Amino acid sequence: MHTLMTTSRFSKTAMLTAFGMAGTLSFSSPAQADTTVSAVMHSALRALDPVSSSATIARNHGYMIYDTLLGLDANLNPQPQMADWEVSDDGLTYTFTLRDGLTWHNDTPVTAADCIASLKRWGAFDPGGMLIFDHLESLTELDDQRFELTLSSPLGDVIGLLSKPSAVAAFMMPEAVASVEPGQPLPNQIGSGPFRFMGDAFQPGVKAVYERFEGYAPRDEPPSGTAGSKEVYVDRVEWIHMPDVQTMVNAINSGDIDYIERTPFDLLPLLENNPDIHAEVLDPLGMQTLARMNFLHPPFDDVRIRRAALLAISQEDVMAALVGDPRFYETCASVFGCNTPLSTETGGESLLASGDLEQARALLEEAGYDQTPVVLLQPSDVATLTPPPLVVAQALRGAGFNVELRQMDWQTLVSQRASRAPSSEGGWDMIFTNFGVDSIWSPSINPLLIGTGEEESWFGWPTDPEMEELRAEYAMAQGNEQRQALADAVQAHAMEQGTVIPLGQFQNVVSWRDELSDVVEGPVPVFWGMQKAD
Amino acid sequence: MLSYFIRRLLAAIPVMLVVALSVFLLLRLAPGDPAVIIAGDMASPSQVASIRSALGLDQPLHTQFFIWIGNMLQGDFGTSLISQTSVLSMITQRLEPTISLALAAIVFTVLIAVPLGVVAAWRQGSWIDNLVMSVSVVGFSVPVFVIGYILIQVFAIELGWLPVQGYRSLDNGFGEFASRLVLPALTLSSVYIALIARMTRASMLEVLKEDYIRTARAKGLGERLVLFRHALRNAGVPILTVIGTGFALMVSGVVVTESVFNIPGLGRLIIDAVLARDYPVIQAIILLTAGLYVLINLLIDLSYAITDPRIRY
Repeated sequence: MHTLMTTSRFSKTAMLTAFGMAGTLSFSSPAQADTTVSAVMHSALRALDPVSSSATIARNHGYMIYDTLLGLDANLNPQPQMADWEVSDDGLTYTFTLRDGLTWHNDTPVTAADCIASLKRWGAFDPGGMLIFDHLESLTELDDQRFELTLSSPLGDVIGLLSKPSAVAAFMMPEAVASVEPGQPLPNQIGSGPFRFMGDAFQPGVKAVYERFEGYAPRDEPPSGTAGSKEVYVDRVEWIHMPDVQTMVNAINSGDIDYIERTPFDLLPLLENNPDIHAEVLDPLGMQTLARMNFLHPPFDDVRIRRAALLAISQEDVMAALVGDPRFYETCASVFGCNTPLSTETGGESLLASGDLEQARALLEEAGYDQTPVVLLQPSDVATLTPPPLVVAQALRGAGFNVELRQMDWQTLVSQRASRAPSSEGGWDMIFTNFGVDSIWSPSINPLLIGTGEEESWFGWPTDPEMEELRAEYAMAQGNEQRQALADAVQAHAMEQGTVIPLGQFQNVVSWRDELSDVVEGPVPVFWGMQKAD
Repeated sequence: MLSYFIRRLLAAIPVMLVVALSVFLLLRLAPGDPAVIIAGDMASPSQVASIRSALGLDQPLHTQFFIWIGNMLQGDFGTSLISQTSVLSMITQRLEPTISLALAAIVFTVLIAVPLGVVAAWRQGSWIDNLVMSVSVVGFSVPVFVIGYILIQVFAIELGWLPVQGYRSLDNGFGEFASRLVLPALTLSSVYIALIARMTRASMLEVLKEDYIRTARAKGLGERLVLFRHALRNAGVPILTVIGTGFALMVSGVVVTESVFNIPGLGRLIIDAVLARDYPVIQAIILLTAGLYVLINLLIDLSYAITDPRIRY
């Protein structure tokens, strides 16, 4: 090894001498902290407000610098994080007590007033937060470390909503920061989380740098998901964005970087052959890939035609095209994702088989489908979203649909997706996306199930009073048995209505070099608990 | 020459205004909404609307334009809609890598292409000429990213001589800085080496037929002196033009090379900004690029007077 290194250094010098540079060379390393973890994340960090943005990378940034009242362990159980809680016998009053030693990055103590302001901000933006605030009677500061949340009517899932990591986690911010309207720039990036954000080193779209917050007081329990100890063992973490996947793989192979959050499936063999690199699934739940129909216009304003589309599709075909390697995907017809507490696949049997073209054709005939073109939007620049529209288009054609596939870049697509016009006037009929299973695993948090029409429903804008009734009942349900029964009803209703078409579930593969150890499992990529050898 | 310089600068003002108006309108006509991007995939339509309002994107177009142009005239390039950071600081951060890469590539290009072109013209029809022309065809034909990957595989992965990717500023030491520039600069210069070698050869061939070259040789001047002092200087005008515009092209964005070598330059910034519909960033970069083209064209025109004494302004 020593000989190799010497040769390598000699060769580098010789090479540069040839370009006339050696006379002034000084191979000094950049000034860095003792242990720095270089991580390539799935997306570049640009927006720094994890409450205004539901983007996953903003959420991950939030977990670095902010803390949450409650955490969600790897088994999806809420756990105390910043605070413990007590619930009154009537289930209407929740008392939260902040644990000792919590401080902001500017060394001022975290207070109940900060948490109340943070909850108000979160409650104005997150659907789960809105649900709590719809039932809120009062939110009162008892003293510096305690506050009380009182509901006007029972809501069964308050603790679950406060601990969920997606879409928007209930991050705690200093009162001055939490008072900023969503969409307006935050005055600073001061949190009470285990890392401090190094604003001077931030290059939007290129690099975000975090340093260990020495004043962080971790919990005693072992780390699990977003719960437990958040003790940091490295000095510095650098999030780097690499737009080219081959460069990313070359960089980890050569030791330039330590960690890749989402390894491209097609390049995985290049890493699996390297004994210095681990490639593992850290979030067993992974992501659900799905299709959504537009309820506002023909032909998908007719439930029979939505059902026909659902019946035409085979998940196995979609997942084989999307992931390819069966180690990293499974078919799953549950709108809550599989391997989750409420998972149920009622009504999605055809998706798990190879579709049911015969019944799909019969439904189209019964509905009098007049060959109105069905417009599918296909993003051309997102590897995990490009294949499903192609496979689904072919399946729909097989059932007798007249399909038009419109290809565009993702940002154009998300803009066109917001159009409520018919597809013949710039709108759309079917779109595709991926959601983390941690963000869809219950009727309360799954945004695709909202049935309030153009008001608050997710794109596609279903108006579905029956679904809203089921969701409301679920929100107020007490006990697991009642919740499961209601989740079963929601699943069956969603399949009957074609509210969403689950296309399968896949896991992202995280890769890291041997120097790293104790990488924490869970739906959020976290850098506490992780150790790096010299 | 000073009055010519001032006249040209004044003429640039209407050009810049037209560019500003065009880019502003074209961006608004293009599909895309930064508020949707900020809000993320799970946001509801009302959340997107509240962000759009907070960013001022719901104001009339002419109001948005006059606010932007008014701020620009005061040197305020605005704030990124997505990251909420100063556009000027974003551009400044990205300028150094891009300028470094462009300069290194131009140095490689001139050091390699000009001598090759001169020798190829001097030995027209010989194996050297054929080799130079063949290599230049390869330089033109092979995509830049392929050349980049080959160089990475050979020099970074197999031989381990140079880093795979990344950029280090001069603050980290000249060695770190230079070692990370060699491969991307060679990659980027490949197409310009091909172009300028051919251009130099063609210009030299014309000049070498001139009477004054025959006279120089008849006077007994050495061949090196004839080629580089008499012939190359007279063949220099078109070569300078290509080098100058090549430099402007490189500075205004070499997206592929920057992506392959993970260099955080202006090319990647503008692509990211376009994909995110980050209007203030796109507008500022395009205006700066237009200004750079105007300036470089002016400098090229002025440099003609240095290489050719017959040209006077």
